[in-house]
Amino acid sequence: MTLTDSEMEYIRKMLKRDPNELEEGMLDVMFSEHCSYKSSRPILDLFPTEGKNIIMGPGDDAGIVAITNKLALAVGIESHNHPSAIEPYGGAGTGIGGILRDIISMGAMPIALLDSLRFGPVEDQKSRYLFEHVVKGISDYGNRVGVPTVGGEVEFDESFRTNPLVNVMCAGLVEKDKIVKGIAPNVGDVFLLMGGLTGRDGIHGVTFASEELTSDSEIEDRPAVQIGDPFTKKKVLEASLEILEKIDVAGVKDLGGGGLTCCISELVEKCDNGALIDLNSILLREKGMTPYEIMLSESQERMVFVINPKYVNEAFAICDKYELPRAIIGTVTDTKLMVVEDTYNKDENGNNDIIASMPAVLLADPPSLNREIKAPENKKESIKVENPPIEESILKILSSPNIATKKWVYKQYDHEVQIRTVVKPGDDAAVLKVDDENAVVLSCDCNSIHTKLSPYNGGAGSVAEAIRNVVSMGAEPYAVVDCLNFGNPGNPGILWQFKQCIQGMSDLAEKFETPVISGNVSFYNETEGIKINPSPTVGVVGVANLNNVRTMDFKNEGDKIVIIGSTYDEIDGSEYHRTLHDLEQGEAPKIRIDEEISSSKAILKLLNNDHGEFNSENNKITAIHDCSAGGIAISLAEMSISSNIGAEIDLTNIPISENVAAENNDKDCINDNDLLFSESHGRYIITVKPEQLDKLLNDINVPCACIGEVKGNVLKLTGKETDIKIKVSDLKNAYTGVIEEFMA
Amino acid sequence: MIFNVEVKISLKKGMLNPESSTIELALDLLGYKVKNTDTIDIITFQMEENNESKVLEEVDDMCQRLLCNPVIHDYEIVITN
Amino acid sequence: MKIGVIRFPGSNCDRDVYHTIELAGGEAEYIWWNKDDFSYLDAVVIPGGFSYGDYLRAGAIASITPVVEGIKSLVKEEKPVLGICNGAQILGEIGLVPGIFTVNENPKFNCEWVDLKVTNNSTPFTSNFKKNEIIKMPVAHAEGRYFVEDIDTLKSQDQIVLQFEGKIPNGSLEAITGVCDESGLVCAVMPHPERASEEILGSSDGLNFFKGIVNSI
Repeated sequence: MTLTDSEMEYIRKMLKRDPNELEEGMLDVMFSEHCSYKSSRPILDLFPTEGKNIIMGPGDDAGIVAITNKLALAVGIESHNHPSAIEPYGGAGTGIGGILRDIISMGAMPIALLDSLRFGPVEDQKSRYLFEHVVKGISDYGNRVGVPTVGGEVEFDESFRTNPLVNVMCAGLVEKDKIVKGIAPNVGDVFLLMGGLTGRDGIHGVTFASEELTSDSEIEDRPAVQIGDPFTKKKVLEASLEILEKIDVAGVKDLGGGGLTCCISELVEKCDNGALIDLNSILLREKGMTPYEIMLSESQERMVFVINPKYVNEAFAICDKYELPRAIIGTVTDTKLMVVEDTYNKDENGNNDIIASMPAVLLADPPSLNREIKAPENKKESIKVENPPIEESILKILSSPNIATKKWVYKQYDHEVQIRTVVKPGDDAAVLKVDDENAVVLSCDCNSIHTKLSPYNGGAGSVAEAIRNVVSMGAEPYAVVDCLNFGNPGNPGILWQFKQCIQGMSDLAEKFETPVISGNVSFYNETEGIKINPSPTVGVVGVANLNNVRTMDFKNEGDKIVIIGSTYDEIDGSEYHRTLHDLEQGEAPKIRIDEEISSSKAILKLLNNDHGEFNSENNKITAIHDCSAGGIAISLAEMSISSNIGAEIDLTNIPISENVAAENNDKDCINDNDLLFSESHGRYIITVKPEQLDKLLNDINVPCACIGEVKGNVLKLTGKETDIKIKVSDLKNAYTGVIEEFMA
Repeated sequence: MIFNVEVKISLKKGMLNPESSTIELALDLLGYKVKNTDTIDIITFQMEENNESKVLEEVDDMCQRLLCNPVIHDYEIVITN
Repeated sequence: MKIGVIRFPGSNCDRDVYHTIELAGGEAEYIWWNKDDFSYLDAVVIPGGFSYGDYLRAGAIASITPVVEGIKSLVKEEKPVLGICNGAQILGEIGLVPGIFTVNENPKFNCEWVDLKVTNNSTPFTSNFKKNEIIKMPVAHAEGRYFVEDIDTLKSQDQIVLQFEGKIPNGSLEAITGVCDESGLVCAVMPHPERASEEILGSSDGLNFFKGIVNSI
């Protein structure tokens, strides 16, 4: 039990009595961090949640953004960190199952999945085990349901050794007039429970997610893990779509954390109604389940439809067609109470035994906690490092598991099903066509080192990076979803990190006009004092005209290479520091919101003026890639590797911040190493047909410069102290086969 | 009478079994060197019939038509009551 | 003209195949797994996915459903039947084509674009290609390795339809990834032609499979 004394006092006040055992169990779950968001809600209020393209913000199972005249996209993101630490295959699979259900609950057809994964170092056997089985879990589940996993990221870092992170994002298409919500507005409507049977899986899964893992967790916590069943999920998906098509449904909600208790109480509380649940009508998978187990079961693949009783037979017929268990389990009432009755047992008056009766609002809306927030003590001194030869650093970073190609992962994901995938995994973001003109572009990013060093800049920076990835594919960013992974919120320093991070994310999202439409918070990601680097995973949805889509690979020798955006002397928090020096120190690169916006607007303006076509030889802008982890060096290397063509770069042309230059009275104050590996925000690298260069440089109003040319089979970098050549084949060898070798 | 049936399905000798080779390699990573690794599927169920030979006949039909693919599988039926 | 697209519990490429048939100029209709009256159909396609969760073996349970009678009746009437990926596995389990598509040599699911050779271009599905033409399509499977005992008969009767060109991603015998029956009217292919039917998705080579069916009717 995790209810605190003050929470119990509040409950007694609201009930005007003590809760019975079943009620206490239900409240324990609803008051858990995972279900109630009590520690985070006050701070999450900082997020901008409304905007011109936003149909639905946070509050339901997923957010919804308009993408064309007719179509909308439901988007959500979820974490399944604690279950994946104990049972990675099932934990990851049920994570996918959960987010899919959230999207189906809005009436949408899921069209894409993305995964953001974090593990301990790949050299560690346990981390490899978790990595292998998480990927297999996502693969087996997503592939079976027929939803392509089209993008994502993987990070390996010491801080995730005992607490892996598994965040999954899903997007679904829905016609604007077919959207459904998680509500029970009509008294007299009935609840149809369909899908999987109710068993003992995951009892207390949410309270498990709201506690730290201890080293005995693996054995003690096994019953708390849910078992996924993608075959049933696929049938549930098809049946749900058919029910929504044929019946005028009042509301839909899926069952996830907190089982029936959470689902029903939230459905009715939204409309100020109550519910009467008949415990014995719930179809069970196992004999002898107690009321407690039934109301708190987290058996997967279950959905609740709120429908008018006249539609029951039709709904049953559809479920029967798909061979799915189904039952009417209760009615919407006007009492504002969540009541559970046992129809097999009568009380002294011969009435059904009421075994639980509580105000729905008590369950669905527990009081927030205002926990203490305190900035941590000042940081340690920074260590000065010796820079190895740049060629060595480039090859070493390319071959580090954090940067090297993740092909080993995405080959296991069916990324082609539903025949929309225009740009396959491996580029900046996934591009999925929704009709002959438009594409939805999806990215998923996070920089946990930046966030640890400077939560404000790291949070804002993670949003900026995800937006840059979407803009790099030619899309205008429309909305953000977030999955915030942090340590124990009872620790004032952690909560300070959380608030700073959210402030940064909010400031950026507000200025970019990309509201946060859905999200998830996962606290308690620490084990016996070892905390994860705070990880704000950000998903961005963008919309592009297919004609504006550009991939990152160099296209033609002779194309000029242009960098947009200034580079600052900000080597701290870089992949370079992590890989070459095992360092995490200093201040993360700063977010400069106005520059970020003007860079992204410049890219989109150039594309609109290009009047090009996807993959056409006539395009003036031929390739686009953003700069993030690994800085300019790695961005250029990636463009080279994906095309097998080299480049000649003059580092002295890279625009550096005028402020930095002025401060130091010297234009050449950033050494070449830091220039190449600094992870300043707001930068893109594009290639353009040579005859278009001058016009382009004139048209752009942000710092930009031509830094070289696509050429040959060597990456040549010349600067004030630098004159190096690396063969593209060497770049490629460093970048490929890395994960494969560890996982063989 | 109720009979307990156990059907053991294995790949024919000489057929590549990628699952068992992978298991053998993985055990090696743990420090154990094993050989002749094989994976066998066991399906168990109960059925009601008059006599054992009828059960054998029916289970054999199940194997031929669904439980196995005769191109690549061998099978063994064990019946008890 | 009606081309049936069969739906089993767990099929997931049915919508893609339906869309591509229409793109090729055909008229498609979904056929539920317990239907056996195929008398009005001119051809049938069994799409990819994970029918019955791939439980027991990929395609094993689907191969004993009522719809199989309908498929067999079409075969008797010499109408074309195409099985794609899980559909290919199902045709193998039914025994309408020789051999089996079983667990990949590297037992992981694998999704990638591959080069293929059209070894037999006299089936209705491959009639729009030149013999030995090299085409591009994606594969996406964990159980795609082709195996058959009597490879010689397969070769002598020209029943090999598609082979991997260059890299063999799953260990298939003689790089075989598409086979047909003796008549050439029943064809089982592991790669997904419906996923290679629009240039913007990577290639339109696959559209010819469906145009071939439409033209043959």
